[in-house]
Parts: sequence; C-alpha cells; structure tokens
Amino acid sequence: MAALHADFALPLRSFELELALEVEGTVALVGPSGAGKTSVLRAIAGLVRPPRGRIALGDDVWLDSRRAVCRKPDERRVGLVFQEYALFPHLTVRQNVAYSGHGRADEFLERFRISHLADARPTALSGGERQRVALARALARGPGTILLDEPLSALDAHTKGTVRAELQELLSELALPTILVTHDFEDAAALVDQVGVLVDGRLRQFATTSELVDRPADAFVASFTGANLLRGQARRLDDDTTAVELTTGELIYSTERGEGSVGVVVYPWEVSIGRLQHEDSAMNLIRGEIRSVVAVGNRVRVRIGPITAEVTASSAEKLELGRGGIAFATFKATGTRLVPLA
Amino acid sequence: MSGRGARRALLGLAYFLASGVALAFLVLPVLAIFVHVSPGKLIDQLSNPVVTDALIVSLKTTVLAQALILLFGTPTAYLLASRRFPGRSLCVTLVELPLVLPPAVAGIGLLAAFGRFGLLGSTLGWFGIGLPFTQAAVTVAVAFVASPLYVRQAIAAFEAVDPNLVAASRTLGVGPARTFFRVVLPLARGGLIAGEALAFARGLGEFGATIMFAGSLEKVTQTLPLAIYAQFEVNFDVTLAISALLILISAALLISLKLASQWQPSTPTSHSRFGLLSWS
Repeated sequence: MAALHADFALPLRSFELELALEVEGTVALVGPSGAGKTSVLRAIAGLVRPPRGRIALGDDVWLDSRRAVCRKPDERRVGLVFQEYALFPHLTVRQNVAYSGHGRADEFLERFRISHLADARPTALSGGERQRVALARALARGPGTILLDEPLSALDAHTKGTVRAELQELLSELALPTILVTHDFEDAAALVDQVGVLVDGRLRQFATTSELVDRPADAFVASFTGANLLRGQARRLDDDTTAVELTTGELIYSTERGEGSVGVVVYPWEVSIGRLQHEDSAMNLIRGEIRSVVAVGNRVRVRIGPITAEVTASSAEKLELGRGGIAFATFKATGTRLVPLA
Repeated sequence: MSGRGARRALLGLAYFLASGVALAFLVLPVLAIFVHVSPGKLIDQLSNPVVTDALIVSLKTTVLAQALILLFGTPTAYLLASRRFPGRSLCVTLVELPLVLPPAVAGIGLLAAFGRFGLLGSTLGWFGIGLPFTQAAVTVAVAFVASPLYVRQAIAAFEAVDPNLVAASRTLGVGPARTFFRVVLPLARGGLIAGEALAFARGLGEFGATIMFAGSLEKVTQTLPLAIYAQFEVNFDVTLAISALLILISAALLISLKLASQWQPSTPTSHSRFGLLSWS
C-alpha cells in the first residue's frame, strides 16, 4: 500500500492552513468548524491549489510547488466522499455509482447492499442509503486513498451507530490510506487510532486517541476530547503534589506538576457523585447544584456546578438525581491532568 | 351591517374591479384581433405571398440568430457563472445592456459599428462583406437584441448548479468538458430552455433595430413584424392575419415555457464548502 504524503501551506480567509501528514492507515482530523479540516481534503483532492507544498501518493506526485507540478482533480486517484454526499440528483443510484466509468457498478451496488435501490433517484433515499451510494461511487473509481468529509454528521443519532460500525468494518477491509474529517471526537475515537487535532489551520496534537485523553497537549485538546477543564492558580506543595485554587474558590489537588495559571483536566468517568459529603480517598470535592441530567445510552451525564460526571443509569436512579438538587462531585488527585493556560 | 363590515365589502369590490379592468385591458387587444376578422378569412390571408415571404425571412433569421446565441451565449454564461475575476460584474452588466437599450438606439449602434462607414464596416468592406440591409443584418440585429435574455437566464441557471457536484465529478476522474455535458448541462437545462424561449420570442418580435439596420425589403429583410408595418395602410386584413399568427406562436412559446419550468430536476443534494478551483 502506497502511503499518502501531504505537506503544504494554504492561505485561508482568516489564517494559513499549514500541516504535514504521512498517512498509512486511517487517521482522523478533528477540530471545531472553520479549523480548515475540509480544506485539507480539498487540497489533497486538487480542488484548491496550495501555493507551497508537496502532496503525493507513494511515488505518484500530485503537487510539488518547487517543480511546478499540480495535477488536476481528475488525475489524482482520490475517493472523496463529500459531507452531504453530493450525489448527482439527475442520475439514478446505478448511474451515480457507474459515473466514473470503470465498469463494475453492479459489483459495488451489491457490496454496499444497495442493488434494490439501483433505479431510484438520490432524493428518494435515506441518509444512511445516500452515504452507502456515495461510498460505492467513490470506491468504484478505484482510488488510492479515501477522503471522508464528516461522514456521519448528516445522519440522525439512530442511524449513526449502525453506519459507524459499517464504516469501521469497511475501512479496515480496504486498507487504503484514509483521512476522515470530523468535528466529533467520539466518532473519531470509534473509527481510527491516530487523531490529529486541527485548530486555526495548525495541528495542535497528532497522537492516538488514548494518548490524547491521557496527555492532552493543551486546554483545547483536553476539552475537545470531552474532559472537564477547571481554571485556577497552581502552587507546589511540600509533598510534591500541586494545589490549584479554582476561580470558583474550591481547592483542587493534583499529583501532576504545574505552576501559575493552569487548567485542571478531569474526565467525566473519573468523577463520582454523592448526595452527602463523606470522607474517602478522593481528595477533591466540588459542591454544586445539579444543572442537567442527560442519559447517553446506559450512562447518565450529570452536570454539577462547573463539572460533568458520568455515572451508570442505575446509580443515577439510586441517588435520585434531579435538576436543582445539591450534590457533591469527587475525584482523585491521580485522576487529574494539569495543562498550562495562556 | 357595521361600518367596518361595509368598509371591508367596499375594499373587496375595489380589488375585484381593479383586477377586472386590468385583465380586460390586457386581454382585449389580443382578443380583438381574432374577433375583427373571421377565422376563415384569417387563414385565407396567410397564403398571401407577403405573409409567406415574411414568415420565411422571420424563421430563417430567428433560427440562425438563436443558433448563434446558443453557441456563443452558453459558454459566455458558464464562464460568468463559474469564475470570479475582477471586472466580472462589469461584464455581466455589459451583456445585459442591450436589454434596456431602446431598439432604435440598438439599430443606430449596429449601423455605427457594422455600417459601410462604421467602426468595423470598412474592414468588413475589404473582404467584400456589406452587412447592412441584408438578411445577415436581420440575424445580427435579432441576435443583438435577444441574446441578453438568454445569457442572463443561463447565468442564473448555471449558478444554481451545486459546485460540489462539479467537484465530485472531477474527483471521480471526469475532465472539465465531460463534466459540463454530464452534470452542469443536464442540471441547468430547465433554466436554459426558459431563457432560450424568451430570447426566441423577443427575436421573433424584433422591429426597431431591424428596420434601422436591415431595412424592410420584401423577401430579403422583411420579417413578420416589419410586414405588419408595411401592410398597415395597404391591406389591414393581412396585418391582422400576421398578428394572429404571431400571437399563436408567442402563446405556444409561453405555454411550453410554463411546462418546462414545471419539471426541473435541478435540486441540489449538498450545500457544503467545496467549490472547484478555476483551472485555466
């Protein structure tokens, strides 16, 4: 398998997109909207031309600004799946899949289980079906790399789970260099190992999903991975731990080192909830009003004051958590990370 | 009845009267042409050589002019719709200008440009081409006056095609020309047909620019509208017959236009930030 190499700079409206990627398996680019994620895919596909850089699939050079090489989009073997799929509305499903003219359309219709929709128009399809048509169309072209732009964002929560599982299976089967763009860290974590966090055109961190959770490079990456971020002033203690006085007044202890203005990173699954204040090994305690209780699958996300905790549905029931009540959130000093704040 | 109820009834009556007057005013002249002479006599007059000659001149020049408009107008419209370049809006305005120009001014302009002593007239003269007062002049006048209607509509139709679909086609390995014919043209078709129908109707009725630039010579440059004018004091029945003929053609165009706009397959299926870089 030829690796995808992309190293370029591209001026966008309010910042310059600049990144270097070497993709062999599947990587995800995550980040807030407007971070330049889609522009990365556009540049690789040849829909925009970066003034500086080099893009290549193995020995096949698509862009080399120093040698004035810039191949047109139809001369790059990319399988780009657009955010809203961009299916041709005037063509049937079969005509869409056969569009690239490589034959084998029926084979791909079968593979994606859309043969029964062959004569339907895209407008008559559900979101999940459209995505399968878009994937089939992109793969029928015989691409050397797959680019997926927010493949799950156009789907409702119900279909999302199924499609995510299908996509995961497909990607491991294809074994092509793949870049997946998403604003949802959870989708990225479910689909890939390597994740790049893109903010304002720069890669803040490129690591495995577990590394991002364990060692977030900065406050943004931490909050993006779903962690709580509590701001405060850190000071060293004699026993080599750190005390952080939060802006809200509480004192938090951490086994990590930090000084000055810091963010305390705590993951919701590290936080326990109680209705009564009692002593245990968890040093850190935040008392607050229950602001929201949201069920996510078999777990419940509870917002207490400035912090979000994740508990099982049964313990949420046992504790009779309801909005407006007072509860205590506790977490261990070892369950915290400290990141410097600018 | 309360005062308020009476006021409301009065208002309703006013609406009714105003729309009645407007409708009657617009329909009456058209209707009058058919009422004035019996249908038998109308059909009789259509075989008058003045009418058949004018019809042939009209059809020949209009069809030729429409061919030119489609041939040059379509790429122009696509360029203006798909590229962003400095001076683009000026170009669009210039293309639309003949639309608001008084026809007589258009005729004078054509004479000043292509006339024997015009800007390009002497150059054309070198090649033995004398444009004014020929059938080619009629075609030129019709094309000049009618093309903005098509180009304007075509720009709008091309702009309505989702740029993502064009980008998708390119990433599927299809070049720009084939993308145009396989994606852009089918999706813009409804709008292009509508624009062409308007341009056709405008070209068929062209009078002012034609009479200034091409004159009104029977069998050569006398189109149907010019024949109406020429026959006005000679044979009023003939003018009525030609008018009736033009009304029928225009009505047929209008109806087919309405039918064409009803079926429009161009509903975009995506709205994101992909666009196609202009490859020159």
